[in-house]
Amino acid sequence: MSVPLKLIYNEDPTRSNGNDARKATVRPIVTYNNISKSYGDLQVLKNIDLEIAPGEKVALIGPSGSGKTTLARLLMTLEEPTSGTIEVEGDMLWHRRVNDKLVKANEKHLHQVRGNIGMVFQHFNLFPHMTILRNVMEAPRNVLGLSKEEAKKRAITILEQVGLSNKIDAYPAQLSGGQKQRVAIARALVMRPKVMLFDEPTSALDPELVGEVLEVIKAIATEGEMAMLLITHEMDFARDVADRILFFDQGRIVEQGPPKKMFNNPESERLQTFLSRFNRH
Amino acid sequence: MWNWEYTIKILPEILAALKITISATFVAFLVALVVGLMLTLARRSHFRPLSLTAHGFVEFVRSTPLLVQLYFIFYVLPEYGLSLSPFIAGVIGLGLHYSTYLSEVYRGGIESIPPGQWEAAKALNFSPLDTWRKIILPQSIPPVIPVMGNYLITMFKETPILSAITLVEIMQTAKMLGSHSFRYLEAFTIVGVLFLVLSYSSSLMVRRLEVRLNLR
Repeated sequence: MSVPLKLIYNEDPTRSNGNDARKATVRPIVTYNNISKSYGDLQVLKNIDLEIAPGEKVALIGPSGSGKTTLARLLMTLEEPTSGTIEVEGDMLWHRRVNDKLVKANEKHLHQVRGNIGMVFQHFNLFPHMTILRNVMEAPRNVLGLSKEEAKKRAITILEQVGLSNKIDAYPAQLSGGQKQRVAIARALVMRPKVMLFDEPTSALDPELVGEVLEVIKAIATEGEMAMLLITHEMDFARDVADRILFFDQGRIVEQGPPKKMFNNPESERLQTFLSRFNRH
Repeated sequence: MWNWEYTIKILPEILAALKITISATFVAFLVALVVGLMLTLARRSHFRPLSLTAHGFVEFVRSTPLLVQLYFIFYVLPEYGLSLSPFIAGVIGLGLHYSTYLSEVYRGGIESIPPGQWEAAKALNFSPLDTWRKIILPQSIPPVIPVMGNYLITMFKETPILSAITLVEIMQTAKMLGSHSFRYLEAFTIVGVLFLVLSYSSSLMVRRLEVRLNLR
């Protein structure tokens, strides 16, 4: 894959090369270096190299089981890579460099780096024993250490942005799927991550509720600053929102490119087959 | 035949001993509640010496009779320098014994929490301690309170076993009164009625609590 960006944090000062000019280039916010993940005999991700630029919106598409979700989960530290490293803003996530050796990172280090990443889940995973307001406030209070008033202010602002300010005292059980997912998005957003992962955010929703959630995600994407990794089967939406589309199949990135090219001129046969299934709708 | 005069005469003594029975029940239950949760967390620990020790303790306690454990604590430990009063030995023995059962109850509650809750906590970068305190335990404990309530009642009915290590609770009191006067009918009937009334009314309260928790 594209190597040049990595040379920016080459620690050897005696190596001079034409790439010094590239120091002006922006450093990727997330880098997957030769990442593989296996569950026993089943290899789910095969030697993935991937760089995501700050603020870039990347959509991951592909058949079920192709490894898209695993890729996201590895970044969110919900799974550990079998081999390879992941970097977030130049900091290695799962490893630490100790005296030139790669050592597995401890929870303290993971906690530090994990703060830059947020995730929205397919099945929302709201905390059922808390009100909507508390769901959104709890992490800013306990993790970021904000005061109750400050956390409440942030939470209410975000909940207004997703259109749920009238539900702050309700409990998750009283909300529709679309509302729950919007709360989940607010809850993740209030932590101000640099990268946000969306794991099939609308796949568990009734069709008529999908639109309201996609609208919120689109608004977030338009605001600009946060990189987004969007795993979705909503092709129109992906085409609309993404800067780059990655097509996954059987643990590899088969093809990638800007939405126009990917959807209008798919190069690989596998992508063509995959997309043809959507055109039949 | 039944003698009401005698009944009224012995009632104060038995009621005085009831305080012992009830306090032993609650202290032992407290021990079981605290140690039970510690055992559950220890068994889940990734630190193998801790989890194996906890597992070993649970297996040992559940595989030996409570009476044997009580004898050990009260009669054997003094030979190694630890002399405990009947009450202390009793609540420790009873509490530790039932902590293993409560540990299972806690475990059931915790394992019923969907993995998505753990994942959401991790995604929001909650510390492990806060994950337990704010997200997991508040969801896992209310559903198991009725079961814990039943164990409290069970432990209450188990307290006569503490008479084996010379704790004078109500059954032992009745026995002593009976052997003194050769009248066993009134004494044991009183004790039986006390157990019946207290256990049954407690079980009704547990059932009401269950209904109230479900409605939330």
